[in-house]
Amino acid sequence: MKQIVIILFSAILVDNFVLSKFLGICPFLGVSKKLDSAIGMSIAVTFVMVLATATTWPVYYYVLVPNHLTYLNTILFILIIAALVQLVEIILKKYVPSLHRSLGVYLPLITTNCAVLGVTLLNIEETYGFLHAIINATGAGLGFMLAMVLFAGVRSKMENAVITKSFDGIPITLIAASIVSLAFMGFSGIIDGIFG
Amino acid sequence: MAIALPVIIVTVVGVFCGVLLSVADKYMAVPVDERVSEVRAMLPGANCGACGFAGCDEYAEKLVNEGVKTNLCTPGGAGTAQNISAFLGAEFEDVAAKTAIVCCAGTIQHTQYVMDYQGPQTCEACNYNYQGRGSCSHGCLGFGDCVIVCQYGAMEIVNGIAKVDKSRCTGCGMCAKVCPNALIKIVPASSEVFVACSSTDRGAFTRKVCSAGCIGCKRCEKACNFDAITITDNLASIDPEKCTNCGECVKVCPTKVIRVDQCQPQINVPDAG
Repeated sequence: MKQIVIILFSAILVDNFVLSKFLGICPFLGVSKKLDSAIGMSIAVTFVMVLATATTWPVYYYVLVPNHLTYLNTILFILIIAALVQLVEIILKKYVPSLHRSLGVYLPLITTNCAVLGVTLLNIEETYGFLHAIINATGAGLGFMLAMVLFAGVRSKMENAVITKSFDGIPITLIAASIVSLAFMGFSGIIDGIFG
Repeated sequence: MAIALPVIIVTVVGVFCGVLLSVADKYMAVPVDERVSEVRAMLPGANCGACGFAGCDEYAEKLVNEGVKTNLCTPGGAGTAQNISAFLGAEFEDVAAKTAIVCCAGTIQHTQYVMDYQGPQTCEACNYNYQGRGSCSHGCLGFGDCVIVCQYGAMEIVNGIAKVDKSRCTGCGMCAKVCPNALIKIVPASSEVFVACSSTDRGAFTRKVCSAGCIGCKRCEKACNFDAITITDNLASIDPEKCTNCGECVKVCPTKVIRVDQCQPQINVPDAG
């Protein structure tokens, strides 16, 4: 139980995918302008991360490992995730139209998101069991949401600030992102302090 | 032959995914109603939300599938409503033409700036940081957020406040949504008399900061023969349902904040075909 809490919180705070590992920067900068689209995108990412881990983990341990083909993991995972996201979209469209309407526009964006591929590969690297891998994926998704929501707040404040012409737009956004990322460095070591 | 197994595995997984997707696409396809896209093409495509739905796409879908009324699109007007009614065989009801009014009369002649504001030149930013640059915090900020958002060129800033060109206004309500002081209101186009003030401050204070503000004296309330005017929070408001545009209130108003704007809005002529 303690192990699960540690994995969950280190994935959210210490090893935050966006702010500490710098994965998934593209949606982080692209979709964080408005709070509701930031939340929609993060829910979709969390959803796909968990599903992707649930499919790739068995493929790795029951297909690749027995045949000594572990080097194939990256290419196979890309294949599986891409097909999985498309399949999920078709299923949602047919059976859960309301969920499809809220997540629909974000799902195709996630197909080739590096954060999703990253979480599946890191689960393998860390040699997590199935349950721990799922917990880690959930934590990574929630951490992504935390970063998106925080940054949407920062950006809404920037809308109403005077910004020098040369910094307007992307440059000031990147600077703000790096400051938020610096702030997250404060969490390093917190897990050892609390649970150690 | 060590290369055979990985090739087979990747091929099998790829083919499996492909087959799965094509099967899913075939058996779980959601039929797209062609009428939706045709109705969508008839709508103006402004995505303004005046109909109460998220955009033209959603309104078109609701029109076809749930039989919502065809007269909700004010920018499209009666012409669009008739076309859609004819296409869907639905009942036609006339569109209640609407128009925007600016409930502020605080031009630079009537009120003063209290600061030399140098920040971002938008109403939203000025209101967010300083509650406006003028002495009245309820008044028009005059940076023209409404001018930018209007797709029909119906708004302009004259003497420091927004002004509606009623001949161009379609009543879509985009300006009312962006105004940080919420002083742009959407009213039926037939109503000509309106209160050009949004200040809920007490009369004495309003008088100090603006010579054209509503001071809540209640003379209009007494003068109205149709109970159309009520004073709430030191501000007169006219109920367009009851108002007959008789002009009694205009005569008695001491600050001339109740005004008549008779310019008729654009008349949407239905297409002949």
